[in-house]
Amino acid sequence: MEGKKGIFSFLIFVVITFGFPWMLTNDYYLSILILSGITAIGVVGLNLLLGYAGQISIGHAAFFGISAYTSAILTTNYGLSVGTGIFSGIALSSVVAVIIGIPALKLKALSLAMATLGFGLIVYIFLNETITLTGGPSGFVGIPRFNILGYDFYSDLAYYYLVAIILTFVIIISLNIINSRAGRALKAIHSSENAAMVMGINVARFKLFVFVLSAVFAATAGGLYAHYLSFVAPSSFDFHFSIKLIVMAVLGGMSSVWGGVIGALFLTSMPEFLRIYEELETILYGLILILCMMFMPQGIVGGIGKLSGFVMGMFSRGGGRNE
Amino acid sequence: MNNGTSLLKCSDVYVRFGGVMALSDVSMDVQEGTIAALIGPNGAGKTTLLNVITGMVAQTEGSIFFRLDDLSEAQPHIRSQKGMVRTFQNLEVFSHMTVLENVMTGAHNLYKYSVLDSIFKTPRYFSQEKKCREAAMEKLRFVGLEDDWNKNAVDLPYGKQRLLELARAICGDPVLLLLDEPAAGLNPKETSSLGRVIAAVRDELKITIVLVEHDMELVMSISDDITVLNFGQVIARGTPGEIQKNPEVIKAYLGSDD
Repeated sequence: MEGKKGIFSFLIFVVITFGFPWMLTNDYYLSILILSGITAIGVVGLNLLLGYAGQISIGHAAFFGISAYTSAILTTNYGLSVGTGIFSGIALSSVVAVIIGIPALKLKALSLAMATLGFGLIVYIFLNETITLTGGPSGFVGIPRFNILGYDFYSDLAYYYLVAIILTFVIIISLNIINSRAGRALKAIHSSENAAMVMGINVARFKLFVFVLSAVFAATAGGLYAHYLSFVAPSSFDFHFSIKLIVMAVLGGMSSVWGGVIGALFLTSMPEFLRIYEELETILYGLILILCMMFMPQGIVGGIGKLSGFVMGMFSRGGGRNE
Repeated sequence: MNNGTSLLKCSDVYVRFGGVMALSDVSMDVQEGTIAALIGPNGAGKTTLLNVITGMVAQTEGSIFFRLDDLSEAQPHIRSQKGMVRTFQNLEVFSHMTVLENVMTGAHNLYKYSVLDSIFKTPRYFSQEKKCREAAMEKLRFVGLEDDWNKNAVDLPYGKQRLLELARAICGDPVLLLLDEPAAGLNPKETSSLGRVIAAVRDELKITIVLVEHDMELVMSISDDITVLNFGQVIARGTPGEIQKNPEVIKAYLGSDD
């Protein structure tokens, strides 16, 4: 949140997120917003890894899945509280991220993509095959709704605000990290690992840090997902979901925390609105993606930035340039 | 001149890439407070030696001593933390950052605070960031880039990107600065002003310099000591005056008749 522009963006986010959804009377829209918010938590984390540190992961759905299932199993089968369940899910995901990250992050670009892809597939197969533990392909049912300190988040509006608050914290944490020594180190690694090393940056450690941090955010989202829908199935955390997370980050804007939020909202809600076109749905979906990337190569956030710059330019024309 | 203490000592360094001997039996001593130039024709192994010194290429044999520490096996970031910083022949400015942020990154290990300090924006975060920003601005003024501090690094013209790399390298207060062809691609005017900045780094900031450079005018005007490499071997060392008259060196550069 550096500078006036950063604070302005943050205020707009807070006003829209907290000030307006209570007016929504349609539960369907509210549930789309909840799912968008949950996904956004994961995408903001993935964007730190992908957009800032320049490290690709095509297996991020696995961290959602590990956490969602851990919390689901612990709370439903063993009667642990939801808070403990989600916390355990996050803890297990971060341990897995450390174990996977140490060898995988030594790889570059495409090799890293392949390694994380493989990891995602292994977790997916595991969730499908360990039927006695996870329920297998038909899914895991009867997960309790999120509750904490005796308060049950049964109403969707309450759940919405829970997700919104957590998303806000995730955004603040991300922005504060980016505008710091660690954020500069991540961006340096993205540009040139050699130069980063020469500046005394422990490249391996910072890569692992951002990988685990993004896994923690993904795991948080996974826990919130399981305890919202009360049902999880392996197909929710498959290869396609990993790809979708990357598309959200790219489409929203890779070098921006807000890009993750906007990408998640856009791509979670768009298919729902396109559903009325039935057989044209997939074609329209693809077409919109292509058009977005053609006209906004920097993502939606980059596009908005350009547009607002253009509008400001129209107003201040003749008044000299101010940058 | 050589009555200072030895800061960097490369002894009997060999580097083999497959069947190619990139460096063989190279030894070099750099005295504190000097500019030690490393020259030689293309492919002589100058950059390889710089890579070995900074830990980016592992030597096949030999050792690197820095301030009496044996750093032969140390990773590049450890060597940097010990006070050894370099610039690159092909510019490696951080393209996703502003000029100021680039230089601040150079002080990565000078103004430390934890990730938690940045998440909770503790007073330590603010005070360290402020110190870091001031140090970076001072270095930008030192190389004459203070007016460009808020620009994107990649938007700077080539010559200024070279100065930016220099500012970033000195922002960590290194003891030893290794410059890999800093004048490559610069015009004569830019080169002579770069020469003044490099000399000022030695004289005002008291940083010892290893300079790899092809521009002989620059090398001869600011170096205290020159080592000449050819085909991976040291063929001469001495003061600029001695090197200019050395028949071996002239032969290496101009070729011989036989």
